[in-house]
Amino acid sequence: MKRLALALILLAGAASAETYPEARRVLSLGGSVTEIIYALGEESRLIGRDTSSNWPPEANALPDVGYVRALSPEGVLSVSPDLIIAEEGAGPPEAVAVLKSAGLPFVSVDERYDAQGVLQKIDAVAAALGIPDKGHALHEKLAAELDAAASRAAAVGTPKTVLFILSLQGGRVLAAGTDTAADGIITLAGAQNAMQGLRGYKPITDEALIEAAPDVILMMRRGDEQADTEANGGNSETETKQAILALPALGQTPAGRSGALVIMDGLKLLGFGPRTGEAAVELHDLIYGGW
Amino acid sequence: MVALSPELRQPARIEGDRSHLARRLCLFLALLLVGMAVVSLGWGASGTSLTRAIADLLTGQELAAQDRVVLMDIRLPRVLMGIFVGASLAVSGAVMQGLFRNPLADPGIVGVSSGASLGAILAIVLGGSLPAGIAAIFGGYLVPFAAFAGGWLTTMVLYRIATRRGRTSVATMLLAGIALGAIMGALSGVVILRANDRELRDLTFWGLGSLAGANWPKLLAGAPIMAMALVFAPWLARGLNALALGEAAAGHIGIRVQKVKNLAILTVAAATGAAVAVSGGIGFVGIVVPHLLRLASGPDHRWLLVNSALLGGVTLLLADMVSRTIIAPAELPIGIVTAIMGGPFFLWILLRNRGVLDL
Repeated sequence: MKRLALALILLAGAASAETYPEARRVLSLGGSVTEIIYALGEESRLIGRDTSSNWPPEANALPDVGYVRALSPEGVLSVSPDLIIAEEGAGPPEAVAVLKSAGLPFVSVDERYDAQGVLQKIDAVAAALGIPDKGHALHEKLAAELDAAASRAAAVGTPKTVLFILSLQGGRVLAAGTDTAADGIITLAGAQNAMQGLRGYKPITDEALIEAAPDVILMMRRGDEQADTEANGGNSETETKQAILALPALGQTPAGRSGALVIMDGLKLLGFGPRTGEAAVELHDLIYGGW
Repeated sequence: MVALSPELRQPARIEGDRSHLARRLCLFLALLLVGMAVVSLGWGASGTSLTRAIADLLTGQELAAQDRVVLMDIRLPRVLMGIFVGASLAVSGAVMQGLFRNPLADPGIVGVSSGASLGAILAIVLGGSLPAGIAAIFGGYLVPFAAFAGGWLTTMVLYRIATRRGRTSVATMLLAGIALGAIMGALSGVVILRANDRELRDLTFWGLGSLAGANWPKLLAGAPIMAMALVFAPWLARGLNALALGEAAAGHIGIRVQKVKNLAILTVAAATGAAVAVSGGIGFVGIVVPHLLRLASGPDHRWLLVNSALLGGVTLLLADMVSRTIIAPAELPIGIVTAIMGGPFFLWILLRNRGVLDL
């Protein structure tokens, strides 16, 4: 009981204090929530996931109840969960209302793109599962990793500017502005988002790109592309990089001239889950790796 | 059924009177709709079965809590919503086609759909920045209400543009509808630029249409409007039949052409606006259903409108059953289902009947 009280104090009132230690059929909605449940070693209680939950790989074996923002109420009920833990913004609201009216415990976990946000997420998931000890251990482990990342970030004299490109369809650059997971992880890595005047993910013109003059370009690798890379004997990523840097606008930036292009696993980079500390350190090393 | 008065005889290019066929079809479709509704109630991703629930009720047992929620709070409102939305879309299509004397007309053309979409997009993207008081009044119904308001407003504007000295020009309306649609699309694009990642995904799903959000409050908000339009639609039949002869001829045989046009536009705006508001963008039903019925039993609106409502309901129930079970426990947006099921079928029908309709 004392321990539970301690865990609740740790929550700092940010998340719901509901706890369901008895829950044996947990449905996890949201990639980072699923990752946290695995990191807590509680995967034996999982019976379902949403489409965005594909890490660790064994999570893919769980029944998929659809996209977290477009749930089917009956589909969710059909996997008979006794607890639902969802990333903030699961929906549609009507579906969530029906699930709650069916008497299903529904815990919503807040989403914030900073170090404190990830730690609170872990506390909230651990509290919902009723495992304060394991939650505390994971919290400490991640806090240490985030501290390590923060001290590296603090040691940086002049931060480099990083442009995160979400997609490059038809040569049109979709870049990350503020209020995005990409912006959050770039900050944690001790660098600065090159697109300060933008909110969310927006298409930007070639001229704005040259104007922003990023030192480094960051992109994400999706799982299937990784498979492609291996299938092509591991040289396709190099070719991809060459193709990206060959785009006229990108070639005009400091990043383009020095060939500073970082490609990282998407979920690890942007998930804001248990691997965020690791991701921040890895990204920091890649950004400041002397291009 | 009243005998056809001589002045309302069908235009000569239609061979024979097929009303006996249409009447039989009406009975068949009514029975089919009832059957489909019952099957839909018993059909879903979870293990809840209608027979078990009925058996429980008959033997006086208490229904299991989950069975009650699935049947009463999920499937029943969803089935009713499907019937109302399908009927509204199909009847709107039939009325539009009669009014424009063009089998390709669709509610999308009068701008109802594009206006409704713009309303919905505005609500999804800007809803968060509304003063708390306004947001609280609408709660979760902000998007449907905005969609309805957008559709309604667009239709009214269009109607003003196309009406001069109390006469509505159908051709002007058609062209203005296309222009307004383009403007609405552009405005939607401007709003989308402001959207964040999550809002963008919501917009995508909204555009594909879904009955997943069906619940009693939503049904009670949208169904009365759709019901009024559906009940009223058959009164337009005589006027629409006369319009097939052309506006001047219809006027000569005593039809008050302007009044028919006014009422037809009002009916379509109400039915489509409410349907789009509760279920998002479900395409295809408004064109295909009336078309199949005209092929089967002729263009007489006295039967066409009623049968469109019935077949529209059947079509959407069928599509929804597929959408909720084909990738269970997830669900496929119903707009995808209507297009995948309807598209090839419609093409096949057209290929078989080339030359029957002067398209």
